[in-house]
Amino acid sequence: MNKILLIIQREFMSRVRKKSFLLATILVPLIFPAIIIGMIYVKIQSEKNEGQKVVQVLNKSDLITFKDSERYKYVTVDGSLDSAKNSFTKSDDFALLYIPSIAPENPGGISFYTKTSPGINLIGFFEKNIASQLRDIKLTMAGLTDEQLEKLKTDVSIASYNLSDTGDEKKSDSAVTFGLGYATGFLIYIFLIAYGSQVMQGVIEEKSGKIVEVIVSTVKSFHMMIGKVVGVASVGIAQFTIWIILIGIVFTIAGTVLGLDLSQAQQAELSSVSGGPSDDILSSFFSINWTQIALIFLFYFLGGYLLYGALFAAVGSAVDTPADAQQFMMPIMLPIIVSLMGLFLFVFEEPHSTPSFWLSIIPFTSPIVMMGRIGFGVPAWEIALSMILLAGGCIFTLWLAGRIFRIGILMHGAKVNYKTLVKWFLMRD
Amino acid sequence: MLICDEKENVLSLLRIEKISKSYSQHQALDDVSIEIPERTILGLLGPNGAGKTTLIRIINQIIVADQGAIYFNDVPLDADHIREIGYLPEERGLYKKMKVGEQLIYLSRLRGLSLKEASNKGKAWCEKLDISDWWRKKIEDLSKGMAQKIQFIATIMHEPKLIILDEPFSGFDPVNANLIKDEILELRDRGATIIFSTHRMESVEQLCDHIVMIHRSRKILDGSKQEVREQYRDGSFFVEYKSGNITDNSHFRVLKTEETGRGLKKSLIQYNPDANPNDLLKQLINQAEIHSFVERVPDMNEIFINLVKEGPPALAKA
Repeated sequence: MNKILLIIQREFMSRVRKKSFLLATILVPLIFPAIIIGMIYVKIQSEKNEGQKVVQVLNKSDLITFKDSERYKYVTVDGSLDSAKNSFTKSDDFALLYIPSIAPENPGGISFYTKTSPGINLIGFFEKNIASQLRDIKLTMAGLTDEQLEKLKTDVSIASYNLSDTGDEKKSDSAVTFGLGYATGFLIYIFLIAYGSQVMQGVIEEKSGKIVEVIVSTVKSFHMMIGKVVGVASVGIAQFTIWIILIGIVFTIAGTVLGLDLSQAQQAELSSVSGGPSDDILSSFFSINWTQIALIFLFYFLGGYLLYGALFAAVGSAVDTPADAQQFMMPIMLPIIVSLMGLFLFVFEEPHSTPSFWLSIIPFTSPIVMMGRIGFGVPAWEIALSMILLAGGCIFTLWLAGRIFRIGILMHGAKVNYKTLVKWFLMRD
Repeated sequence: MLICDEKENVLSLLRIEKISKSYSQHQALDDVSIEIPERTILGLLGPNGAGKTTLIRIINQIIVADQGAIYFNDVPLDADHIREIGYLPEERGLYKKMKVGEQLIYLSRLRGLSLKEASNKGKAWCEKLDISDWWRKKIEDLSKGMAQKIQFIATIMHEPKLIILDEPFSGFDPVNANLIKDEILELRDRGATIIFSTHRMESVEQLCDHIVMIHRSRKILDGSKQEVREQYRDGSFFVEYKSGNITDNSHFRVLKTEETGRGLKKSLIQYNPDANPNDLLKQLINQAEIHSFVERVPDMNEIFINLVKEGPPALAKA
């Protein structure tokens, strides 16, 4: 046990003292908040400054009218389309909308001119506007009064709630749960790939540096592997902790310096995602049991890492150079990538569908997928089952990897394929 | 011819009893037993692939034997003995990015030293070998020979009772090789037992007290250096002579003859190893004017090559 600690300590110190670690640890928390703050700042400023955009309207139809809104001011122009186009190009105005004389049944020939390509949303906005007016006209022609027309219009905003078994009502918001699932799932994904391959490279380095034999004459090869895997993990955890602390500090400082009320800015950000009132988001934000989520995250984070870290270590032990490792990377990377794709294809679409369920139960995909599902409310028995299977999966891959590792690290210059790995695995001690 | 000496009065530090080990289809060690007396340097010889590395790894508890047992000071070998063993493998290296001092401390702590002991002993050894100013240097900044020195210190600085050296001189220049040779002898004199595996027969001649040879996974030779040499005396003699001719007769055979200048000829004569060489000399004196008469004692190199080429009597028996 003492010796495992020694190995962990060495792994930790040798990595933490590298310049690349220092650089990444300091720069990431500076760069990411800088980007986020910068974007929020630009957005707020541009919204403040933008004001109304002027849209010239050449309207040959008396069916359609435009009312000025916060975003658009409508100026009516006369004359032919050609002359209107001419004068539009000379003006500073935003767009020219041409509406020919149209019948409600056949509103063809409407065109929209801008100096730069308009976004789809913009065209959609005018299309909806005109379609809605034409619908009203058709309804009036069918005999509806203005009063009846007004009654037809309803504003719908759905509030969604999670009902737990105990009957507690929790306000849920898909934007928050989506964001949570996305962030935690993606974090695990990044960690698995970045630190998993570090484990592999570390083992290859020790093997090619011919240090292994001295080490395994003092500790069991399995302990060496565990020390390596845990040592690298501790570097990752340290790095994440520093990032979180630094990002917190940077946000606070930046917030004060830039004079941004960040809580407001974040609210604005969140509400623009969901389209709902920001109060709802905040209330569902606070209704999430963060301690529980954090504990579950830690479990899947470590479980997933151990499961894959062991496999990465086994691959590292089997080969002599990183290039040789390529052939064995595919089967390890595949379930990790499937997890991430499953997150987008199934979980965020339908968190409780059969594929979502199975992906969050199977140990090879559960660390990423379960974190994606967790915010949507997963029954306790499913979490328990998934955790037990992940723990079992870890023990299985550690055992499997250990058997390959013990032989692999002592083999130099051997031509390794899957058959060799099986042979090593089956070899007696 | 196989020597299985049973010197009961000599304490053996390591007793290897009937060790066998096989990998899927390949038998790496077959019923090998060796006793290594305390305070000796044992030369472990054998051609490539004979099973030496397997045996060394079993002693280091890196791999486990299929059959047989090993006793360290009469106690079955276990994890506690890691502290008592120093191992310099043939495939060796150090962490390139680590500093010399950190490396020595780390490796000897893995053997069981405390941080303080490790630091003190590491520094003492660096002083002894006159390399104290390397303490803070990274391995990647040292030459290969310098790194080998560090590796040697790492092997022995925890003062193990049993030191296993696999080709310790590879990579050393003659000056440093001599320095290490002296250190090895000193370690033996201070009480360590050393297993020394090498292909360089001249260093076996110089260093080893005891010799074991493994060939095709079996032990084919075991004994003290003198015993082995004695055993491989074959009753052949070099004779230098002038005027006259030495030819075969019923008592001896002339194996080869060559001119050595100044009218001298030199012949290698095969005689009965159990007979008295005086009788041979008497016969030779009658045939020629004898200038020199020397018994040809085979050196380790010859013994090695002969055993590997022709196989030992023990193998033939099996």
